[in-house]
Order: sequence, then structure tokens, then C-alpha cells
Amino acid sequence: MTAARTRRQQKAVAGPYGKVGQAVNELDDRLGIAKGGRSFLDKIFPDHWSFMLGEIALYSFVVLLLTGVFLTLYFVPSQGLVQIPKNFTYRPLRGQWVSQAFYSTVNMSFNVRCGLLMRQMHHWACDIFVGSIVVHMARVFFTGAFRKPRETNWLIGGTLLILAITNGFLGYSLPDDLVSGTGIRIADSIMLSIPVVGSYISFFVFGGNFPGDIVISRFYTLHVLLIPAIIVGLVTFHLILLVRQKHTQFPGKGRTETNVVGSPMFPVFMAKTQGFLFITIALTAALGAFVQINPIWQFGPYTNISDISYAVQPDWYMGFLDGLLRIFPAWEWNAWGHTIPLEVFIPAVVFPGIVFNIALLWPWIDRKFIAKDHDLHNLLDRPRDVPRRTAFGAAFFALLAILFIASSTDVLANFFHISLNTVLWAMRVLTIAVPLITYPVAYAICVEMQSGGSLIGKRKTANVVMRTAEGGYVSVAAPYRAEDQHHELDATPVPTFIEGDEPAVDELAAATPGVRTVER
Amino acid sequence: MTDQHIGGADDHGALDITKVSADAPQMQPLARNPESMERWIALLFIVGMVCFVGFIVAYWQNLAYWTYGAFLGGGMAALGVGLVAWGKYLMPRGPFVEDRHPLASSADERSALAAALVERGGGTVKRRKVLGALLGGGLGLSGLAILVPFVRSLGPLPGDTLAQTDWKAGLHLVDINGRRIHRDDLALNGALTVYPEGFEHTDNGTAVDQTMLIALPQGQNMPRPGRAGWTVDGTYTGVTLIAYSKLCTHLGCPVGLYETKLQALVCPCHQSMFNVLDGAEPTFGPAPRPLPQLPIATDAEGYLIAQAGYDQPVGPGYWERP
Repeated sequence: MTAARTRRQQKAVAGPYGKVGQAVNELDDRLGIAKGGRSFLDKIFPDHWSFMLGEIALYSFVVLLLTGVFLTLYFVPSQGLVQIPKNFTYRPLRGQWVSQAFYSTVNMSFNVRCGLLMRQMHHWACDIFVGSIVVHMARVFFTGAFRKPRETNWLIGGTLLILAITNGFLGYSLPDDLVSGTGIRIADSIMLSIPVVGSYISFFVFGGNFPGDIVISRFYTLHVLLIPAIIVGLVTFHLILLVRQKHTQFPGKGRTETNVVGSPMFPVFMAKTQGFLFITIALTAALGAFVQINPIWQFGPYTNISDISYAVQPDWYMGFLDGLLRIFPAWEWNAWGHTIPLEVFIPAVVFPGIVFNIALLWPWIDRKFIAKDHDLHNLLDRPRDVPRRTAFGAAFFALLAILFIASSTDVLANFFHISLNTVLWAMRVLTIAVPLITYPVAYAICVEMQSGGSLIGKRKTANVVMRTAEGGYVSVAAPYRAEDQHHELDATPVPTFIEGDEPAVDELAAATPGVRTVER
Repeated sequence: MTDQHIGGADDHGALDITKVSADAPQMQPLARNPESMERWIALLFIVGMVCFVGFIVAYWQNLAYWTYGAFLGGGMAALGVGLVAWGKYLMPRGPFVEDRHPLASSADERSALAAALVERGGGTVKRRKVLGALLGGGLGLSGLAILVPFVRSLGPLPGDTLAQTDWKAGLHLVDINGRRIHRDDLALNGALTVYPEGFEHTDNGTAVDQTMLIALPQGQNMPRPGRAGWTVDGTYTGVTLIAYSKLCTHLGCPVGLYETKLQALVCPCHQSMFNVLDGAEPTFGPAPRPLPQLPIATDAEGYLIAQAGYDQPVGPGYWERP
């Protein structure tokens, strides 16, 4: 189409857009970017606070990658023993024999500038990463965003959660301190509990009998290479699907199944999301600077495997497993020369298997039992409008929450000065009772909210009590004050071409109301 | 409305894009006072820049580690909040709308793809069924061949090593420093982690052989049938020394807490309790089995030795455990 050859001709083709127009032409000649690039910049992102939960996950992962690269420059993934120098910064460890993994971690915490900050930011970012994935999934679950056509992205997201938890556990194990070492020992016993193949799995992971001398370096390779690579790949695919299928939106003024209402990618969304990346980094940096996490020099090394510490809890995302392990009855199955440690296998293998399978398969479970339709859905459900799904989700999270609390039975008993036995039995009863109670309560709340009309969730107004001429009293709800009402404008097409000049500021103030319409 | 549809005659050609007027209300900022908002955002950006300079200075001067985080976090927070505010309050307030283009292709496109798969691909395979089957077999086997070393090279087969410890008849009990334990070394209610002599510094010694030696008041132990001579009495300390595996039968944590009042060994991981007087029978928590007992005796000088190894596998359960 364009046969422009000389610089001048190129400039003429670029038209009124100057150097940018020229650059676009040059690139488009070679890569064909104009159409796709423009529609990418025009892409509309709906505005709702709950849509940024996934962004938290993405940006905390960015923090994980950046801080993680820093840590790899100092960490030595070896179980080989070294003696801590007699003049080491941290006195209690002087002269002790510890693994190189432990020594390098402590050393980078004390003697590398920014080392401790990076370590703590990495750990905090991990806790935030897993947490934001869970909350993001909850948002997608309760609003029905997983429905057709987005089942694939739900599956990818669920897989990402499992990978995030796995990699969190592996990374937590790397410093080879007393607490994480005990965690690895428990993981080994969980592998052993799997019938028939358990001992083989354990031997293949540890390269022989626990603890062996290779597990840290194996975990290291998984933690810094294999699993992050899979996570990066899946995140990329997750985002490609998001762009291709476009974002869901809540129903509202002018919003239909066939449009998207919100802010354009460039520049509005880009500014907000880039700013949010900085805010996420700021939060992890502040936590890393001011809130201590995983001070392994206080826990000590895992050199002597018969050492043990008291009041040991795993990172929060493993808590529900630890809780169920604590409260599950001691039901070992033993017959015909074989043992199945059901008291380990059921809570630590079968139960998470069920939990994650229900989560991953939810779009299909939902279609069969709850929504019962096969249509495309781009408008979200309000949770109250699908009470059975909402009640199930609430009961599901209630169960996990109780199990999480159960991972602190010893701390609870100590703190409240009650017997461990009482705490244990209370947790057993609550584990069964709370989800069973949560379901009908959540269901009833949903139904009540449905019938509550448009007032639910709205700001309350004062009741004005007036005396009538006859001496009676009437109560009238005062009208909304104008500034309490949010007036959304009609949506206008994506502003690719903008006509005319920007109006002057004083003109602007007169012509356009601010965030709320104030009329007094 | 101020919008105007472009029909093709304009300079934007055949593009079906609507023009938006710069004075449309959606194009205006949300802020009531854009100028003051601009000043606030400028201030935030300046604060951000100051913080980043502060970070570099703090690093250069090797200040306390939290100053790095404070400057980094402060800079990022200022920059982030400023940028979000710019996007929210000063950029076009919207809302804007775009159409969703259906992902589904036309029926013809669909059947063309299906036809290409079935008629071209399927036809080829159908006509050469044997080749197709052989290729499938070859691909499957190549996958298996690649997988085999990745699995089998990972470690040795367990055999019955899980059932074994290093304890043997006649081996002395030693502490972590290799010191032998005399029958009168432990006072009443004392507890000590012991290992078979020579194994106290090995991985297997600390991981598997670890054993709790406990000094009970004499006469309180209730030996299980067949375990009558498995303990050692102190000569003048008034204690009975008894040895149990330190590996919890639940998940293999060291059962490191000895509750003297309850005379129970407690596992700090999941709070299983074992009654030391009654064959370490679990009395509380998720542990399914008693801790195995190590039969002990003394040598000629009164130092503790093992009468034999453990009579059963120690630690958590597994499939091959009888």
C-alpha cells in the first residue's frame, strides 16, 4: 500500500503524528503492529476494587522474582557442614557446625548490605502472593467469573495456587534451619504414609534415607528454576486468555453481556496498575524493613536431627494441613503384614486432594448442580443471587479457617490456660459443626438480602420524626443527600481519536461536576 | 451527545472508530480541583525521588538495614500513590465502553477446521492404521524412556532400611558428644537423648537412632509382657532408667518434651503424648502406636549398653511396615 522510500516520503505518510507516527510506520512495515497495538491500547478494563486482587498476586510475584534473584547470588544450596567463624557477627552461633545452606543464609542476613531486607521482602512477598491468589480466587468464585468461557483460566489459576504453595514450602525449607528441617521431616513422613509407593517416593526425593545430603540442592533447583518457570509460563497464558476473553464486569448502568465498560488500557489503566505495582513493592519493603519474619538464627541449625523446637507452626498457607493432622484421630490400619497410617494419609494426602479437586473442578460442578446452564457469561453474579454457591463457598472457607486455627492448638491451650485435651476436642467438634452451621446461615443471609430491595449496602439515612397537626407522629426516611450519591455518566466509546482541544480549567470546573454531585 | 461516528469518508478511512470530543464530560478529570490535585501528585513524586536518593545514601553509608526498607518503601509508596491518583483523578474519568467481539468463529470456519482435522489428518491415519499405531507406540515409549532415568536415578530402592537402626547388642549408649552414660549419671526425672556409640555424629544416628533415656522413680514402671529386664536401676540414685525411641510414631518428629508431672513424653509437633510408665502407650493426640522400647543393660563398669536393637521399626508408619 505505502510505497514510501525516502525519508521525506516516510514523514509525509506519518501525517500529523510526527516522530511517533514515523516510528509506528517503521515498526508496522516490519512487524505489523498497528492494528493489534491500537486495539491493545484501547482495551477497556472495568473498574472495581475486587478486580485488583489478581494484580496483587502478579505484582507480589514480580517482587518474588526480583528479590529471589538477589538471594541466589549469596545462597549456597549445600548440606555440607562448615564451622561458623569465631568472629562471626552474631555471637550465639560462633564456632557452631552448620550446613552451608544455613551459614550462607545467616551470613547474607547479617553481612550483606540489603541482604536481610531482601530475604524478609522475599518471605513477605511469598505470604502475600499465596494470600492474594486465594482472595482473588474467592472473588472469582463468589461472583461466578469462572463460568463459560473462562473455565480454562480458572484451572490455570487453581494450578498456580498449588504451585505457589509448593514453591513456598520448598523455599521455606532451603535455609536448613531447625524449624524448616522439622517441616521436611514431616513432609517425609507424609510421603511414607502413601500406600504401596510411599517409601519409594521418599527415597527418590531424598536420594536415600532421610535426611541424606542432597535434598536441599534438589529443593533449590525446583524452587529457583523448575517451578518458577512453570509459574511464569502459566501466568503468561493466564494473562493472554484474560486479554483475549476480555474482563468480566458487574451488571450496572449500560453494561451488557456484549460490551465492556471501564477505563482504557492507555493511559488510565496503565497509570493505575503501574502505580499499584509500586504500592505492592512499597508494602513488601515496609514489611521487610519493620516486621521480622523467619529469624533462622534464633531457631538454630538443623545439624543435629534429634533437636526439636516448641510451638512450631508452618507458614500460614500450610496451616490447614497441620491443623487437620493435629486433630485427626489415631486410626492406623494394620493387617496382612502391611501398615497404612490413615492418621497421616487421610488428613495430609486425601483431604488436600479432595479440597484442590473440588476447587479445580468447580466450574463443572457448578454447571451440573447450581447454575445449570451452558451459556456464555460476561456479566458477574452478585453473590446473594446464587445463594447455594455462596453458601457452599462460605462453608468451604469456614472449614479451612477452623483447620487453620487448629494448627495452633498448643498455643491456644497455653494462651488461654485450658487443657490441650479440651482444645483438641473443641477443634474436632468445630471442624464438623462450623461448616454445617455456616451453610444454612449464609444461605439465609443471601435470601434475605435478595428480598431486602435496593437499600441493602446503601448508606443509611436519618429517620425524621414529625408531629402531625392531629398530634400523631410519623417517621419519614430523610432523602439521600446529594453528595452521598454517586452519579455515573453514560459510557462513551474508547477515545482513540480526540477532537478539539482540552477545555480551559475554569471552563472545566463549570462544565463538569466533581466526584460527587453536590447540590445544596 | 458530543460523539460523532466516522463513516469512512473522513481521513481515518474505513476504520469503524468513534471520535470523542475533548470537551465531552467523560474526558474530564474526576478531581474537583485538578490544579490542587496536580500539586499534590507533584509533591508525592518529589517525595519519591528524595526517598530513592535517601536509599542510595543509606546504602552508601551502610546505615541500619531498616532504613533501606523505609526509604525504598517510602519512595515506592509515594510514586505509586501519585501515579494511581494521576490515573484516577486527572486522566479522563470515563466510563468508556467497547464491544466484545464474539470469540466464536462462523459455522463455516468451524466446519473447515473440523474438516481439515478429520478429512486431512484422520484420512491419512485411517488409511495407514498400522503406521499410526506404530508411531503412537514409538512416541509413548520415547516418553517412557526419557522418564525412566528421571525417576529411577533419583535414589536407591528402600529395601528394608526403613526398619533398621544402628542399635546392636552391646553398643554403648552415648550422648551427642560421644560420652558414655553411667547408670548413676541421671538424677530423678532426668531425660537425655542418647545414640549408639560411634553413630552420634552421623545423619542416620541423629535421624533414626535417637533415643530418649528417662530416669523414673524406682518401682513405678509397669513393664509390658516380655520386657521385664529391659530397664536398668541406678545403684544409689533411686531411679529406673528406661529408653524409648525418640521418633514420634505419628510423623517422626523428635519426642523431645518430657513432662515430669504426667510422666509423659510429648511431641512438640502435634502434641501426641506417650505414657512412659506404661510402655510409652499413646494417651493423647494423633500418634497411633507406642514408642518402641530399647532394652538396656550395663557393662562391667556400670555404663549403659543396649541388650539388643529395637524389636520393631521406629518412627512413623509406612506400607511395608509389618
